[in-house]
Amino acid sequence: MASAFERIADIIAENSEVKRDAITPDSHVINDLGIDSLDFLDIVFAIDKAFGIKVPVEAWTQEVNAGTAPPEKYFVMKNLATRVEELVAAKA
Amino acid sequence: MLLEYFSMIDRVVSLAPEAITAASRVPDASPVFEGHFPGHPLVPGVLLIETMAQASGYLLLSRIGFSRMPFLASVKEAKLRSFVAPQAELTIDATLVHDGSGYAVTSARITAGGKRICDAELTFRIMDFPDPRLEEAMRKRAAEIGMSATVMKNDH
Repeated sequence: MASAFERIADIIAENSEVKRDAITPDSHVINDLGIDSLDFLDIVFAIDKAFGIKVPVEAWTQEVNAGTAPPEKYFVMKNLATRVEELVAAKA
Repeated sequence: MLLEYFSMIDRVVSLAPEAITAASRVPDASPVFEGHFPGHPLVPGVLLIETMAQASGYLLLSRIGFSRMPFLASVKEAKLRSFVAPQAELTIDATLVHDGSGYAVTSARITAGGKRICDAELTFRIMDFPDPRLEEAMRKRAAEIGMSATVMKNDH
């Protein structure tokens, strides 16, 4: 089984105009990859389906907007992969 | 169905937590038919998609107790299979595909007399009502089309 990072990177490449080889563990999905909000919606849907989870994007966004969490915690690829792994583990 | 007012759903036939069935009758006449098309009146495909979106929207509104508003964000795999003429009796079915965080995906279709008219997968952003008048209008319209207050409150 590919890592969460690899699977999420594949999903992003399939659901946006971002080239797969441009996605690195340190890429910020919005700032570096330039994914717009509608593509991000498709990506979250694909992640939800692929991992059998519900990525709490609204709660994450609220935390970032309130200043209680840095955006990097959720939106840098390696951290996003870790958050997804945590959600999968919490579901098991 | 009042095409020029985007009032696409006449009544809700059944409503469950993950599915809705609604019915609509295409009017005999509408200014829309004057342009689409002269001598050959047809319900525009975009309005058939709107009809599927509205049925899906009422399903999603009932799930969240009318606390927020679903806005159509994407239409995928839309297939317009048959012409729809004035006086057609339509059955609109929508089922929940996925309930995400701040969004939802439905699968919807329209049939007439058992014949497939159209189908699509629709994605909605679920957002706060931008204006209390919209929330009021949605609740009022939902009551008019037969969505019971009990169902609206209980299906969270």
